Amino acid sequence: MKEQLKNIDERAKEELSHINDAKLLEDFRVRFLGKKGEITAILKQMGKLSAEERPVIGQLANKVREDIETALAKRKEELKSAMEQVRLAEETIDVTLPGKTAKIGRPHPLNATLEEVEEVFLGMGFDIVDGPEVETDHYCFEALNMPKSHPARDTQDTFYINDNVVLRTQTSSVQIRTMEKRKPPIRIISPGRVYRSDTVDATHSPLFHQIEGLVIDKGITMADLKGTLELLMKRLYGEDAQIRLRPHHFPYTEPSAEVDLMCFNCHGKGCSMCKQEGWVELLGAGMVHPKVLEGCGIDPEVYSGFAFGIGLERITMGRYNINDMRLLYENDMRFLEQF
Amino acid sequence: MDLSMKWLADYVDCDMPIKDFVSGLTLSGSKVECYEQEGAEISNVVVGKVLSVVPHPDSDHMVITQVDVGEDQPVQIVTGASNVNEGDFVPVAKHKSSVLHEGKPVKITKGKLRGEVSNGMLCSLGELGLSVHDFPYAIENGIFILGDDCEKTVGMDIHKAIGYDDTTVEFEITSNRPDCLSVIGLARETAATFNTKINVKKPEFKGVDGDINDIIKVKIHNTDLCKRYMAGIVKNVKIGPSPRWMRERLRASGVRPINNFVDITNYVMLEYGRPMHAFDLRYVDGASINIRNARAGETITTLDGEIRELSEEMLVIADANKPVAVAGVMGGEYSGIMEDTDTVVFESACFDGASVRTTAKKLGMRTDASARYEKGLDPHECYEALMRAFELVEELGAGEVVKTYIDENYEDETPKTVEFDPDWINNFLGTDISENEMTDYLTRLGFEIKDGMVVSPWYRVDIACKADVAEEVARLYGYNKIPSTIVRGVAQAKLTDAQKFDRQIQKSMLAMGLNEISTFSFISPKYFDKINLTADSKLRNTVKITNPLGEDTSVMRTTIIPSVCEVLARNYSYRNPDCYIFERGNEYIPVEGETLPNEPERLGFGFYDTDGKADFYNMKGVVEGLLSKLGAQTVEFERAQADCSFDEYSAFHSGRVAVVKVNGTEVGIFGELHPRVLENYGIGVRAYVGKINVPELMESCVAQKTYKPLPKYPATTRDLSVVCDDSIPAAQLEKAISKAVGNILEKVTLFDVYKGEQIEKGKKSVSYAISMRSHDGTLTDEQADKAMKKVLDALKEMGAELRM
Repeated sequence: MKEQLKNIDERAKEELSHINDAKLLEDFRVRFLGKKGEITAILKQMGKLSAEERPVIGQLANKVREDIETALAKRKEELKSAMEQVRLAEETIDVTLPGKTAKIGRPHPLNATLEEVEEVFLGMGFDIVDGPEVETDHYCFEALNMPKSHPARDTQDTFYINDNVVLRTQTSSVQIRTMEKRKPPIRIISPGRVYRSDTVDATHSPLFHQIEGLVIDKGITMADLKGTLELLMKRLYGEDAQIRLRPHHFPYTEPSAEVDLMCFNCHGKGCSMCKQEGWVELLGAGMVHPKVLEGCGIDPEVYSGFAFGIGLERITMGRYNINDMRLLYENDMRFLEQF
Repeated sequence: MDLSMKWLADYVDCDMPIKDFVSGLTLSGSKVECYEQEGAEISNVVVGKVLSVVPHPDSDHMVITQVDVGEDQPVQIVTGASNVNEGDFVPVAKHKSSVLHEGKPVKITKGKLRGEVSNGMLCSLGELGLSVHDFPYAIENGIFILGDDCEKTVGMDIHKAIGYDDTTVEFEITSNRPDCLSVIGLARETAATFNTKINVKKPEFKGVDGDINDIIKVKIHNTDLCKRYMAGIVKNVKIGPSPRWMRERLRASGVRPINNFVDITNYVMLEYGRPMHAFDLRYVDGASINIRNARAGETITTLDGEIRELSEEMLVIADANKPVAVAGVMGGEYSGIMEDTDTVVFESACFDGASVRTTAKKLGMRTDASARYEKGLDPHECYEALMRAFELVEELGAGEVVKTYIDENYEDETPKTVEFDPDWINNFLGTDISENEMTDYLTRLGFEIKDGMVVSPWYRVDIACKADVAEEVARLYGYNKIPSTIVRGVAQAKLTDAQKFDRQIQKSMLAMGLNEISTFSFISPKYFDKINLTADSKLRNTVKITNPLGEDTSVMRTTIIPSVCEVLARNYSYRNPDCYIFERGNEYIPVEGETLPNEPERLGFGFYDTDGKADFYNMKGVVEGLLSKLGAQTVEFERAQADCSFDEYSAFHSGRVAVVKVNGTEVGIFGELHPRVLENYGIGVRAYVGKINVPELMESCVAQKTYKPLPKYPATTRDLSVVCDDSIPAAQLEKAISKAVGNILEKVTLFDVYKGEQIEKGKKSVSYAISMRSHDGTLTDEQADKAMKKVLDALKEMGAELRM
């Protein structure tokens, strides 16, 4: 019997090494380990053995069974992983083929920039207010210290609807509407469309966007204006952004300033991008003119404030290196999908 | 304002690198646009003396010259010009030089002309970038033979020899500083900026005896519009070119030299910023000058040869009979200075700025004079200007100045004063500048501090309040030395509900794969025809621009649809394979009886896809997705009818257009564009557009969403196919199903619509999956069967039979 068991063990292992198929494995299991299998058949003959031999053979039979079971499990695993390998190999694809895009729309670059500016100002406690684009001469000019014959009107070529209604040339009109409605302290920005009768070219458009800012409170200084603008520019352009203020004239602010950003290309040395100036003009600003405050019923002896107007196109073009303003309104998909 | 640096140097020390000058003045408030070296393109051109001229052996029209250019040996140069003679001093472009040809720089090198060596070129005025206005004795087509007003030193650089070495600095002068539209004004700014002395001499003249009142009479009929009128007489006038130094400075200032009298008036205008005028006495009828309003129907032929119609609000200078000049704008052609003028009347006057501005605008002629007057000049300096003109006449030997002159309607002005309050200024600027320092800045700028007041010099018409004084202090202190601080105090800011809603719309549309566009708010009235709008549509009533750039941008849009169509069409014409777009933009709707229109926000959207992937239901999906994200309640879609609230209906394919209602209000329209509209826009594939009224939609949306518990019990789903008339909209069937199932209904999902062989013509088969669920327990089969029975009964009533 000992011999028989040994023989079974050898045959089983030999046979197992040739099996390459799950079905044959099952046949094998039945033949050797099943209820009617060879080992069971041997165990059935145990009764014929002497009391001394019985445990020895029993032990041996169990060992042979365990051995075959282990070998079987091992072979099973070998086969499974071999089949997996085949499947994986067969299913290999070219991962460099193009992806199937889940389309996601792109915000217009002007709006993407605007939202960032809005976030900066919301963080500084500025509300966002709107005003009409078709505006009265009063709000667009007169209340801003620009009576009808004022020469400064010439710098803003105006579209007229009639003698008293214009397309606003600047978002400053919202300053007046806001000051009439709210009492100081006031902190607002007002983004929107403005219109000037400029022919379309790479740097001009009859329609463009401004972001007006206005702060009115007791003790507001020109230093506050400078600090606020510096903060904005650092947020938009990075910590090394540098600005400079130049005296200028706007009828509705005094003192007035134009604000330049140091050219990113040459860091102030002068290059073709900044027309050798080293600086790029960015926005106009100033302390709100006492006459403007008075006109809105705010006492300039008690309150002071500052205002600024940022050209959204200019900062957008600067951020994305866009060299032609027309692209912003042409809405070519090949342009829009870059953002 | 173009400033000649040579001229400036007459009055103030400006000997410094040009870059320092430019940046100093820019930062103190006189913005420099650019600067330019005269004749910068000309190089290696020197003065040469022609030693000999012999004919070219092989050419009839060329000559061979030997020219001394200050080198060891004379150089041989061949030229085609016929005006060169032995002994002439000429500009010589040497080997490897640069000159201008038809305004563009060209290199000159030595070479052979018909076999003869030529080591360069003799230059004409044009090749140096000059004209006969600069050197009236030279000829246009020939070599520039240097006259006695040039330095005839052989070998000397031509720029130096002919005074062609000035630097012109172009300033952008703001409208509050007309005094800086002058050399002296900028000299004052230069002196203040760099803290140096300014040296302006009081002009003086000798004059000849005579009483001007015997020669001419002046009467101001409108003293409001003419604050001062001065007149002077120059007799025995000799008209001729002005001297080189004057021509040079005019040229550097961008003014063309004409003759000595015209040049003198221009010179004084540039120097003092005061426009002057010169009349020929012969053409002043009755020797009488009247400053009056024009009469209805009067005309004048101005110096530029144009006949101008005048109107009654315009101020003119008239003789006894007719206008001879438009006050402060331009003179008349017939009274101007001519070759044979004998007696000149000089005018130095002060006209009202607003009046000049209106007149110039109305006549459509903006001149150097009107540009200065309209900013508001002070009457004071009329005197200096006239004296300076007299002085120049004598200096140029151009005639005899009559000692007496006329000065009408002038009262010595009292200077403007503003309180000097250093503490206020520091508080306002956020600075800590000492009172002494402030006084120093203001004094440098010509202000006087007297009895606690800042007294403006007469040329500063713009200082009227404390803030103005603060600016003067700040700009000399340096804007960039002002510290940077953060606004004190805490402020809370947040987006309004409308702003949040607007941002939600943008983010939803982006998430659904549409790109955001930005289009002009003005359109052409023709676009209404392009989108097939009916002739009587209310949308054709627009806000019109009276002075548009062109028809394409002449009315404010009353519908956003054409803007969307335009962008689709443009992308299609660029052969972009697809285009999915949306815009958040305003419409501008006139309101009867209101000054200003309404400007409601609209969402416009559209797409085409040349792959044929886009259809009506893609667009409907976008609308559904948007409305669901925005929290719209009870959304319904209906086939749009001609009488819907959207006049844009006619832009659409009448069988493929829907209005969307939220809470019973029509908030949007969308669908496929009408074939005619596609044709009008040149779009060769089906395209889909839509618009949604944002404020109306927002009213019907729930801003605050609340959580509903997730279901605890499983859902039961039953499928159902019915056959019904093709004309019954799916939405009606769904409504009936919902009603029949009642509160255990979770969802009705349409999964198939079939028309074809097995179905009777004019009918369709519609299949739904009906999902039911109870929150109280698992639904039993009986409950589900009961619900389905009700559904079938309800559908039967509509003529929909269970499909077998």
